[in-house]
Amino acid sequence: MNGYGIRALYLSELSRMWRTLFQSIASPVISTSLYFIVFGAAIGSRMQEIDGVSYGAFIIPGLIMLMLLNESISNASFGIYMPKFTGTIYEVLSAPLSPVEIVVGYVGAAATKSVLLGILILLTARLFVDYEILHPIWMFGFLVLTAITFSLFGFIIGVWADGFEKLQIVPMMIVTPLAFLGGSFYSINMLPPMWQTITLFNPVVYLISGFRWSFYGVADVHIGVSLGMTLVFLTICLAIVWIIFRTGYKLKP
Amino acid sequence: MESVISVKGLNKTYASGFQALKHIDLTIKRGEIFALLGPNGAGKTTLISIICGIVNATRGEVIVAGYDIVKDYRKARTAIGLVPQELTSNMFDSVLATVNLSRGLFGKAPDKAHIERVLRELSLWDKRNDRIMNLSGGMKRRVLIAKALAHEPEVLFLDEPTAGVDVELRRDMWNMVRRLREQGVTIILTTHYIEEAEEMADRIGVINRGEIILVEDKADLMSKLGTKQLTIQLQEPLTQIPSSLADYGLQLAQEGHAVVYTFDAQCDHTGLADLLRALNEAGLEVKDLHSSQSSLEDIFVGLVHEENRPGAVAGAQAAALSGGQA
Ligand SMILES: Nc1ncnc2c1ncn2[C@@H]1O[C@H](COP(=O)(O)OP(=O)(O)OP(=O)(O)O)[C@@H](O)[C@H]1O
Ligand SMILES: [Mg+2]
Repeated sequence: MNGYGIRALYLSELSRMWRTLFQSIASPVISTSLYFIVFGAAIGSRMQEIDGVSYGAFIIPGLIMLMLLNESISNASFGIYMPKFTGTIYEVLSAPLSPVEIVVGYVGAAATKSVLLGILILLTARLFVDYEILHPIWMFGFLVLTAITFSLFGFIIGVWADGFEKLQIVPMMIVTPLAFLGGSFYSINMLPPMWQTITLFNPVVYLISGFRWSFYGVADVHIGVSLGMTLVFLTICLAIVWIIFRTGYKLKP
Repeated sequence: MESVISVKGLNKTYASGFQALKHIDLTIKRGEIFALLGPNGAGKTTLISIICGIVNATRGEVIVAGYDIVKDYRKARTAIGLVPQELTSNMFDSVLATVNLSRGLFGKAPDKAHIERVLRELSLWDKRNDRIMNLSGGMKRRVLIAKALAHEPEVLFLDEPTAGVDVELRRDMWNMVRRLREQGVTIILTTHYIEEAEEMADRIGVINRGEIILVEDKADLMSKLGTKQLTIQLQEPLTQIPSSLADYGLQLAQEGHAVVYTFDAQCDHTGLADLLRALNEAGLEVKDLHSSQSSLEDIFVGLVHEENRPGAVAGAQAAALSGGQA
């Protein structure tokens, strides 16, 4: 194993994010605050409790997931797209690093940043609403697992994209709608039965539901199912990454 | 001499269907400076990229420092340093950060002393905290060299190291390459500048259209393929070559004030003595003699030209080559 190599790649990726620390932190914190002001304070005060949880508190897990998905995907996709675009990828490809080590470096750095942001948002939320975390370990587990899964997903997009448009299109056209419709702002039990069924095909539902369970002990679907679905998605992403390196797809001509 | 790189039956066909390398066999000796010459698109970068692990080979085998580049890629790659043709680096990083990153990526523990030595050698030490985007083009290229040397490789690839580099820096770079060779580093460089190969290399390989058409010691190559020209200054100008001298293939030069005789310097019978006698018999008085050897460039252009004769691009490629020789 090339421990120094993983470390160097991971730290250099983190330091790249460190350079843009202000944007990295400011934009999610500001947008989360806006969500809380609009949905939590303004609208939330007129909403009834959902499953015994105040609306302001109810949306916290969903909001964090929303940010986590977006940040993980954009960080990881950018992280691999840029060296591909500028050509600096040559060094990583020519280094004695295995595919797993390369992925650990890039995806690890992106996921680390997402987790830190998730925690930051959690702390920001505290300024607006009171909440409790019933299962902090599960909460952290979901946070990390989701960050890794979607950083992997972002890595795949970054490898696949051959232009900035493609880099934006998946997060914008697929992930954001899925996250919004995945129950960030409502319980899927509030939907008509037909939509409830359709919603079950949205993978984000399971992430949000599981995450919310770790906060309040209430969930749309069983926690085991949530965990299982998250792991399935993780496995799919891992398999695609494996194929990418196996075939050299878009990384090595 | 021990070989440090051995390429056997290497083929590369890109996804586009273009065959960039056609059955390359090549051995690089440990400690030598090997110059790979070839026109644009010949396959130099492709060959280097495969050896370094950036491009997948279609077929064939490459051994570096005793290790297969696919099966034992870690050990093989640790032995290699690469300075790519294109100027690419993380523009926002400082010089020191990017060089340290390179060393780490290649699995070596941090070594401040070594990094300082490399940066000083390349006159980058004063710039170590500067961001790369604030450096000049020549300095960026030196940063890439520093990155390639950061992990103390046994073999260094320089893909057109002096393209777009001024004369002084080119000299510096040549000196640096020589110093590296003295330290035992094997150096493979590609170049369009024939003077560079002529000046630096121990051996020269010529690649054209994905095929190695020649590998030779520089000295052997120059004498083997080299012809000499003898310019004979005459006391009285000639308007045409006297018929008694027709067999020598002389050419008039300097408006008849000189004749030029081309001969093979390797040949036992150069015909020089006969020519001088014949000149004398023809009543031509010789004022001065001057001989010159054809440069590697002449040889090279000749080779590539020969090779490409049926193709329409031949002239253009040869022209591009001599054009690059400004
Ligand atoms: N990724 C690729 N896909 C398809 N064709 C490629 C690719 N990379 C290179 N080629 C083609 O392969 C041939 C060899 O390219 P290569 O870069 O190895 O040439 P070169 O000898 O380094 O040329 P130069 O002196 O211009 O750097 C060229 O015809 C080029 O167009
Ligand atoms: Mg090239």
